[in-house]
Amino acid sequence: MDNKEFRIATIEKSREEGKWHRFWDMISRHWYHFSYNKLSILGISIVVLVILLAILAPCIAPYPAHAGPFVDFINAGQPPGVKYWLGTDPIGRDIFTRIIFAFRGALVMSIVVLAIAVPVGSLLGLIAGFYYKTIIDTIIMRISDVFLSIPPLVLALSVAAVLKPNLMNSMIALTVMWWPWYTRLVYGMASSVSNEYFVIAADLTGASKFHILFREILPNCLSPVFTKMALDVGWVIIFSASLSFVGLGEQPPTPALGQMVSDGAKYLPELWWMCIFPALAIIVMILGFNLFGDGIRDMLQSSR
Amino acid sequence: MKQVINNEILKIEKLKKYFHVGKDKQGPIYVRAVDGVTLNIKYGETLGLVGESGSGKSTIAYTVVGMYRPTSGQILFKGKNIGMEASRRSLSSKKEIQIVFQDPGSSLNPRQTIEQILALPFRIHTQVPKKQLREKMVKLLEKVELSPDYLYKSPPSIGGGEKQMVAIARAMASNPSLILLDEPTSALDVSVQAKIINKLIDLQKEMNLTYLFITHDLSLMRNVANRIAIMYLGKICEVAESVTFFEKPLHPYTQMLISSVPVISEEEEKLKPKKVISIGEIPSPVNIPSGCSFHLRCPYKIPICSKVDPEMIEFSPGHIVRCHLFAKLENKKQQRSDLYEEESVIY
Amino acid sequence: MDNKILLEIKNLHVWYKVYGGYSKVLQGVNFLVREGERVGLVGEAGCGKTTTMKSILQILPPGDFHIPRGQIFYKGQDVLKMSFKEIQRLRSREIAMIFQDPTTALNPVFTIGNQIGDVIKYSTAFEENVYKEKIKIQSIKAIKEVYLPDPERIHINYPFQLSGGMRQRVCIAMAISSPRNLIIADEPGTSLDVTIQDQIHRLLNKIVEKRNTAIILITHSLGVAKEMADRIYVMYAGTIVETATPEVLFKNPVHPYTKGLLASVPKISGGGIAKGIPGKIPDYLNPPSGCRFQLRCEQESPICSEKPPQLFEIEKNHLVACYLTKR
Repeated sequence: MDNKEFRIATIEKSREEGKWHRFWDMISRHWYHFSYNKLSILGISIVVLVILLAILAPCIAPYPAHAGPFVDFINAGQPPGVKYWLGTDPIGRDIFTRIIFAFRGALVMSIVVLAIAVPVGSLLGLIAGFYYKTIIDTIIMRISDVFLSIPPLVLALSVAAVLKPNLMNSMIALTVMWWPWYTRLVYGMASSVSNEYFVIAADLTGASKFHILFREILPNCLSPVFTKMALDVGWVIIFSASLSFVGLGEQPPTPALGQMVSDGAKYLPELWWMCIFPALAIIVMILGFNLFGDGIRDMLQSSR
Repeated sequence: MKQVINNEILKIEKLKKYFHVGKDKQGPIYVRAVDGVTLNIKYGETLGLVGESGSGKSTIAYTVVGMYRPTSGQILFKGKNIGMEASRRSLSSKKEIQIVFQDPGSSLNPRQTIEQILALPFRIHTQVPKKQLREKMVKLLEKVELSPDYLYKSPPSIGGGEKQMVAIARAMASNPSLILLDEPTSALDVSVQAKIINKLIDLQKEMNLTYLFITHDLSLMRNVANRIAIMYLGKICEVAESVTFFEKPLHPYTQMLISSVPVISEEEEKLKPKKVISIGEIPSPVNIPSGCSFHLRCPYKIPICSKVDPEMIEFSPGHIVRCHLFAKLENKKQQRSDLYEEESVIY
Repeated sequence: MDNKILLEIKNLHVWYKVYGGYSKVLQGVNFLVREGERVGLVGEAGCGKTTTMKSILQILPPGDFHIPRGQIFYKGQDVLKMSFKEIQRLRSREIAMIFQDPTTALNPVFTIGNQIGDVIKYSTAFEENVYKEKIKIQSIKAIKEVYLPDPERIHINYPFQLSGGMRQRVCIAMAISSPRNLIIADEPGTSLDVTIQDQIHRLLNKIVEKRNTAIILITHSLGVAKEMADRIYVMYAGTIVETATPEVLFKNPVHPYTKGLLASVPKISGGGIAKGIPGKIPDYLNPPSGCRFQLRCEQESPICSEKPPQLFEIEKNHLVACYLTKR
């Protein structure tokens, strides 16, 4: 009896000790594969920078008040310089400050949209894939086909236009058009994973459907979902910028990148900085998230 | 008669499994994967089921374990009919029959630890309290000669042989009486295979198990199985004790198989039938040739072979063969001298 | 008997770049093929058989490998120092390779004739202009030579219309469609059924004999090597541990690994199966210094961990890399 307990205790101990070791080993192994392509490091730097800027916006921004309803006609239309790094708009607000604050909206937008679309889409895809070639599969996949058959921007525009134009409703619009992509992705994975022998083995042992779906199949479908999520952050930002460009996103005076570009376009070519810098911000941000997403894909593929 | 029934753990009777694969002008097209197979497995023995790919040997195992519903025929396990899918079977019959798959890479979930993998059969089939669960799993790992810290490893980080050991441990977890081994070592190296086979033989004695061992490797069967059944295109060609099997192969296909085995010693070389060399390929199970399905490749073809499908004949006690050459002998059984003459033609 | 040396590998080391450093897959491989010789290379999965062959043809994954030491001489020329053009010539005109899996070795969207024709085109284009008709005649001749029924029809078929055994025959036809001096066959029968495997091996043997081509047969099965090869190399964890003719090797194996491997093979004459070899292949990231087999060896001694044993000729054509032989 003593012997038995002692043995269990040693196993427990080695487990506890091994845990941290394994954790660090896993982290460094993943980092090795992630950083194999040096562009991924550029990507993750941009992503971290953007997130930090967004979180610390009130502390970092030179003129936090400029993010709201603020008027300063004396400094209106200043070109980029020492005082206003990226210039000011026709009512004297600092462009740099407004871009940093616009990051917040963009990030919140992509987080919320993905946080709803990914679980909903994945769950539906998982169920459809598990019940491959049955009526459940048909119903779920045909509904998702209906959503996919409408051009995404048109769908988002029409949903956003029906509802009141604000950040919340543009999120709803984007979520509605986003989930079917994840359904498709997980559906394909799940229908092939459910033919794997470990799923059959669990089924033959008599495991419950819940266990098979969430413990056996789902964990094996997640790596492409994570890759797509990292890439999709950039896309959500593009779509939200498009919505706010046509005035269906965040309403002034709160800054949004698309809305800033469309405002600035009115003053081209004299006040070029008003349009160019927010546009550049969008480009850099999306480039960053795409490179980051590629890195995630490399990482998940090679550490298989 | 009653004794015979008690002797058999699994009785497969005229089992058929057709898969619907499409439609033709003449009607639906079927793959006749298993086409009327009758087999018995006795308590505590190892029956080797040998055949090429596409012969339907795995389909038999999958039907027995409940992955498919048989098209017709009966599967009697300990006298009870289990000819249905696993989802309709009772939990106790699921517990009694376990399967070990060919590819250990895909039969263990790569996203789980060995602990999670082994815990599942315990949770379902036994009422072990959580505290004793780990102790049980450690014991199980010891049975397959793996150290307890394997519990916290995940399948991708261990070798192929160890993975297969874990898969065997999982099959043993519910304390079954019949285990179907679907080519458990064909993906592994010979030195690892030797270890696993020895372990399986030990476990069989220790836990009183019955094995249905499916493989394409005849030389392995010679050393593992008590009886061997050869399958060709969904039908059994020959069943015999494994010793008689290699010393006196009757069916031309069996002879062809034995002559194709690459061997390493001279005593083995002597066992190989010299006259039969391998020709042709196994036809598609969609278009099974008329008559005896082997007649296209058979070196001893006689006219009747392409017309009539031969019957199973008990050539000698326990040695069953399905071939016209021996059917003819059966009819003339009174003329013993004839039999020996015919035999000399075949060898 | 002793023909001219065709291929010689001397002390080849190949490392792969992986997480945590270099995976030292090959540790001093020595290998020799004479003209017209049939050489078997036997070893278990992951012992570096395929890496050795890939380094001969320089088809290792680009960017990930490193060759710290070693030379590969083909007809006296070092392959590792060849220019790209010379290597191309080597691949297209001197050495042919037959892969393990015939389903992925053929491109599914081109006809068989097209694919064999390409091989002929690229292997002869340097010398003469080969016209379409000529290519067709030559490729049908190659298909005939591997005993495929109805060559004219096979010529216009796509790979999916053929069975696995027929596809492997097509791969062999591709290898012999133009004259080569060396064929490397990487487990040509492993993915096929026993009876088909037997046919493929007989076919290869016949072709090699007829054309007097040298062949390197990579296999994990000792039985196959015995039936096919004039000389066998046994490989373990990136090193050649023993080489001899099959007659000698199967009667009188010397290296403990060869002995263990031979004992593990199940025999159709029965007699049970030996216990196998304990342990597993060492981690290539941090392999043990000295002999790589020491951890699984029952006759291990202190000298084994000092430095790797060199191949030592114990009798003519029988070389063993083990300290046991020198005592």
